[in-house]
Amino acid sequence: MLQRTDAASDSLTVEGTRIDLIERGKGRPLLFLHAENGIEPAHAAIDELAKAAHVLAPSHPGFGRSELPKGMHTVDDLSYFYLDLLDQLDLRDVTLVGVAFGAWIAAEIAVKSAARLACLVMANAVGIKLGDRETRDIADIFALTEPEYLEIAYCDPNAGRRDYKSLAPAEVAAAARAREATARFAWSPYFHNPRLKSRLHRIRIPTLFLWGAHDRMVGEPYGRGYCALIPDARFGTIDRAGHFPHQEQPKIFAEKVKAFMEEQ
Amino acid sequence: MRVYEFSEQPYYPTWNDHSGSLRVILPNSKCDPRVAADLFHRYYDEYQACDEIGLDIMLNEHHQSATCMSSAVVVGLSVLARATRKARLLVLGYPIGHRPDPLRVAEELATIDVISRGRLDMGFIKGIPYEIAASNRNPVELMERFWEAHDFILKAMTTHDGTFNWEGEYFHYRQVNIWPRPWQEPQPPVWSTTGSTTQARVLGERGYVMATLGTGYATRKIYDAYRKSYLAKFGRAPIADRFAYLGLVAVAKDKEEARRRAHLIAGYLRTSAIVHLPFRNPPGYLPVEDNARLMRGETPPRSFTKDGRSINMHAATVDELIDAGILFCGTPDEVYAQIVDFCEHCGGMGNLLMMGHGGELTHAQTIDNLTLFASEVLPRLKAYRQPDAEAAAAVVAA
Repeated sequence: MLQRTDAASDSLTVEGTRIDLIERGKGRPLLFLHAENGIEPAHAAIDELAKAAHVLAPSHPGFGRSELPKGMHTVDDLSYFYLDLLDQLDLRDVTLVGVAFGAWIAAEIAVKSAARLACLVMANAVGIKLGDRETRDIADIFALTEPEYLEIAYCDPNAGRRDYKSLAPAEVAAAARAREATARFAWSPYFHNPRLKSRLHRIRIPTLFLWGAHDRMVGEPYGRGYCALIPDARFGTIDRAGHFPHQEQPKIFAEKVKAFMEEQ
Repeated sequence: MRVYEFSEQPYYPTWNDHSGSLRVILPNSKCDPRVAADLFHRYYDEYQACDEIGLDIMLNEHHQSATCMSSAVVVGLSVLARATRKARLLVLGYPIGHRPDPLRVAEELATIDVISRGRLDMGFIKGIPYEIAASNRNPVELMERFWEAHDFILKAMTTHDGTFNWEGEYFHYRQVNIWPRPWQEPQPPVWSTTGSTTQARVLGERGYVMATLGTGYATRKIYDAYRKSYLAKFGRAPIADRFAYLGLVAVAKDKEEARRRAHLIAGYLRTSAIVHLPFRNPPGYLPVEDNARLMRGETPPRSFTKDGRSINMHAATVDELIDAGILFCGTPDEVYAQIVDFCEHCGGMGNLLMMGHGGELTHAQTIDNLTLFASEVLPRLKAYRQPDAEAAAAVVAA
């Protein structure tokens, strides 16, 4: 079903749009939706998850080298894209895992149809507005310098630091593209869909929230408030991790996902 | 040649009192409205003086900035449409990709054109990166919005037989029929700005007046990109009136006085880029390839002297600015010679956008600068014969 293009990644065409897709491991299907910083920082977590599941980890349209269909500019659009992907691959009993921006996509998928899903894991999720109109739930990352951003997004800022001068050109291009794509989908309303909150009650599959405890881009109270809007969803934290717990603590992140998956 | 006088209408009293950003985040507690009122009246007086001495007028807008108090350019246009009689009024520009309501833009500009009895030149611009924070418009889609707003405004200005419908990607109206309609037919002349050859080609295909700023002796290649696409589209060379250039101008009887004025006017260049870092390059404002180059630490110089030296216009000396064609400075004879030399380099340039006031140049200095220019340089520039347009285009075509 997947067309291999090089050793590192496969590609898949969904409704005419070609995307990069990493496929690893055997077992129950797990669809991993990466965060706003792209697929590159998720490799270690994907490898860990692949020890216990058949992991499918796409680069979202507009990220990495994935194409961006004309007219696609909302997370709502992305969620329909992934519903098409689930249909096309005829995946069933899928564990849907999203981190940060990817968790927003996951929530948008789950409110529309959970027919192909077994359970949902949302890590440091964004996507809804909880505070009043003059209180930011989510730090304005586009108004921060890179050191300021790393300080609030990571437990250890060094974990997120990248030396673009020594990276391969393709990786630099992917990072530039991730920044642009994040703005495309999350600029305004900022990192949320005003309609999503009132639809979360429709998620009736087992749901686990994971939260990197040192996330100061979007804090734990927001995560707990989000979690409370999904029936019977559980909440757990990951120590020594910030907004990208899969990147800072890939083993612990994967263990928690696996344990939850095996409960189902 | 036409010459448009331009001032950013700065609030310079706070230029030495900021914490690393003169734009976006500088608290407006640093703006005393009484001081601002005096400055506005002074700047409008200077623009009215232009009207009397034969200079045209250019206005712009920036937002949340001590470098430019004109945050809603239609206000200045409104004042001057009524208070002037002869000068053309160039808005360069109106950041239409940022505006929520292009119908309102069409109404405002048509009204200005009518009140001024057909003196409006209508410059539509993308807007510099720092404007994004104020409008909160998605920088990724800014140019798509820009072109849809442009298409809509022109259709609104040129539709005279009742209402039309518009259901586009960004804007929705069902009964469009602006009153008044513009004075000029089919609409006020369209201008735009760019610093890139890619956008120059787009503007050339449309035949709009194209202005560049701070491009110095790198201007020719941008003009040539325009010439090439204009020639391909229209089958003839664009004449000089299709090209505009924004340069600082300091003229005085005495060479040293001219240099003192130049140093003050160049305060504009020294302050214009004092902006908190994250607002300088919002995501999607530049193409991904350009951003990847920036991330790798590659920042190609933008301004060059005639002999090919690159300069940083935000920190350059008066001499460097003169060498780069960013500043025209000296006695009337010297300034005339510098401008003509620049025109010849460009293969023709028919609209000088003259920053005859900038920074802390006083009112008296500004009036003297403008008056001397108007009496001793402008007549010669009006009589100046531009380089042959066909010859300039033939070089490009070859």
